[in-house]
Amino acid sequence: MRHIIAVLLENEPGALSRVVGLFAQRNYNIASLTVAPTEDETLSRLTLTTEGDDSKIEQIIKHLYRLIEVVKVVDLSGSDHVERELMLVKVRAVGGVREEVKRTTDIFRGQIIDVSVDAYTVQLSGPSRKLDAFVRAIGSEMVLELVRSGVSGIARGVKVLNG
Amino acid sequence: MKREESNTAETLSGGDMLIRALQDAGVTCIFGYPGGAALHIYDAIFRQQKVEHILVRHEQAATHMADGYARSTGKPGVVLVTSGPGATNAITGIATAYMDSVPLVVISGQVPTEVLGTDAFQETDMVGVSRPVVKHSFLIRDCREIPQVISKAFHIATTGRPGPVVVDIPKDVTDPGVTAPYSYTRKVSMRSYNPAVRGNGRQIRKAVGALLEARRAIIYAGGGVILGNGAEPLTRFAKVLGVPVTNTLMGLGGFPGDDPQFIGMLGMHGTYEANMAMHHADAILAVGARFDDRVTNNPAKFCPDAKVIHIDVDPASISKIIKADIPIVGQVASVLIDMERALAAEMEKRDAPDPAVLEQWWQQIHAWREAHGLDHDLQPVADQRILPQLAVQTLFRVTEGDAYITSDVGQHQMFAAQYYRFAKPRRWINSGGLGTMGFGLPAAMGVQFAHPDAVVACVTGEGSFMMNMQELSTCLQYALPIKIVNLNNQALGMVKQWQDMQYGGRHSQSTYSDSLPDFKTLVEAFGHVGFKVEDGADLEPVMREAFSANFKNKLVFIDVWVDPDEHVYPMSIKGGSLRDMYLNKITTSQQGDYM
Ligand SMILES: Cc1ncc(C[n+]2csc(CCOP(=O)(O)OP(=O)(O)O)c2C)c(N)n1
Ligand SMILES: [Mg+2]
Repeated sequence: MRHIIAVLLENEPGALSRVVGLFAQRNYNIASLTVAPTEDETLSRLTLTTEGDDSKIEQIIKHLYRLIEVVKVVDLSGSDHVERELMLVKVRAVGGVREEVKRTTDIFRGQIIDVSVDAYTVQLSGPSRKLDAFVRAIGSEMVLELVRSGVSGIARGVKVLNG
Repeated sequence: MKREESNTAETLSGGDMLIRALQDAGVTCIFGYPGGAALHIYDAIFRQQKVEHILVRHEQAATHMADGYARSTGKPGVVLVTSGPGATNAITGIATAYMDSVPLVVISGQVPTEVLGTDAFQETDMVGVSRPVVKHSFLIRDCREIPQVISKAFHIATTGRPGPVVVDIPKDVTDPGVTAPYSYTRKVSMRSYNPAVRGNGRQIRKAVGALLEARRAIIYAGGGVILGNGAEPLTRFAKVLGVPVTNTLMGLGGFPGDDPQFIGMLGMHGTYEANMAMHHADAILAVGARFDDRVTNNPAKFCPDAKVIHIDVDPASISKIIKADIPIVGQVASVLIDMERALAAEMEKRDAPDPAVLEQWWQQIHAWREAHGLDHDLQPVADQRILPQLAVQTLFRVTEGDAYITSDVGQHQMFAAQYYRFAKPRRWINSGGLGTMGFGLPAAMGVQFAHPDAVVACVTGEGSFMMNMQELSTCLQYALPIKIVNLNNQALGMVKQWQDMQYGGRHSQSTYSDSLPDFKTLVEAFGHVGFKVEDGADLEPVMREAFSANFKNKLVFIDVWVDPDEHVYPMSIKGGSLRDMYLNKITTSQQGDYM
């Protein structure tokens, strides 16, 4: 099963490489990864998605905690949460297809953020599944280039993750 | 005298700060080897007396010495190396310490900050190269960081599950021309690092209940008992409970090897009775052990009837291989002391353990031991090659079981573990996790530095010994009276054994009998004393001589030519359970040994 794991870590050089190294070393898979400083500039927040059964996720969390710079870890998938991912996708758009792409973008509540003679660049955000669905709807043969930010997530309600 | 925490705003260079911080951390002895990037630090060492520097002959050996020092004292070992090749040479020793959770602080010189990342002369990304084999690492950017980083390094290395910490210091940071105020505090607080101490009370009571309800309980104690100074509470707890105790390779000495409740080491080369008892147990108390694959054999077939209670300071060790029914996270000694109390309270409440049930369990274990236990009373046989097991037994007798024994990796290591019955913790020092050949001699040196008056012996094999024998020169320089017992089977014996058992006897690259040095002459060339023993009748007299007052201050090397065809048994059968063992070259336990 897919899990979204959020990690708060000390905003120090080398901390990120330890997290990434851990996954390689322990043969865990990282499907996506995003990292940036938080409102507390001494802390970074990292969100990663990975696959695994419960015992594997438990091991991943325990091993993350072994890293000295890791302050807090939470498996967001374990409770009610919101996830978002940003995608920028450059789509071939010539002739009649232009209108079609525009319409699909509207349906998905995306925006066309760059226009050229034979291509549109579409910006879309939402849960990863929605982004996948957009690409399927457009048809992957129409995609010239695609970039996704990786998943970010946050728990619903008043629950917070802080140092 | 207790050193005051220095808070005076003294102004020091980075090099002086580093050595001063080591002093303030209580360090008296470091193992190292100089080079360009570390020269400012070496100059600071020259200008003081409090920290003694031991000059090794190879950086790998420096890390093993610090490791032996740490394992035998419980204090952190400290290493100093230069950048590039000095740093990479230290990696094997760092990895060795990491696998066995040994507290080390390894300081490496680095190229100056302004050329970092330019492939400068002798530049290696030490933090990167060492990352998978350290507990933590630091790259210092400014000399003002030195006191705090050193304080943190020692705190991290020695607390929780101990381990090696690397501190990489660019040369400009130790520049004698740049000074800053120095102040050191031992107290460290880190929001992201707070290792557990006390175990959960409810879990502890549950564990005690499970042990009292069991009919066939066993204690499986690992290296964590030794690292966590838990040998005494463990022994007391086991005595009250009355159940058998087995130790892992790393745990030997954590429970007295001469105690009637001790049933030997378990695992791949564990005793028959220990492996059988584990397999048939209905409750296992695992203490500071990590269910290593050399212990469990096939995890799917591991101890099918057992309820598993697992005490460990590292939550990540729990349920990693074998699911724990009752996990207890905490420091081994603290948890065991709480468990002792809970046990006493519980035993008052109920009529347990039932002596008759316990007696039945012991009868079964004695029957197993009778059938296939180790023979601790071998005798030399005229006109026959010396058995390596006999050599270890003789060493045990001659040293009255009270020596510090280090070892290398191979058959000799397993014979030492099986036949030298360790009565005390920190006496058996070997590379269990990484299995590093070349560990034994430098580790023995570290032990001898820490315990100048103790009897320190290294049980090695000729293959392993040749991996770090350059240190014989260091031994002369510092007059280390180590005794080396070389179980010379003229082969990479353990490799050869596997080839005998699994590769149709094809000895691919495991023999070299036509090209071995004459070890007696070799050690004499290094200024030490050598003996060669080929006849079993000479074994005990030569050993007595080597350990006598005549050689109290000398390193003595005893080259014992042992039977090259001997195998280590029992040996677990790959893919099987713990009860599946080869017992000798022709019998396995599966051929009807269930009683
Ligand atoms: C550095 C290193 N290289 C290779 C090995 C693999 N290995 C394990 S035991 C062994 C043979 C050791 O020979 P020796 O020291 O003579 O001991 P013996 O088994 O003969 O007693 C080897 C090569 C190892 N453990 N460590
Ligand atoms: Mg050998």
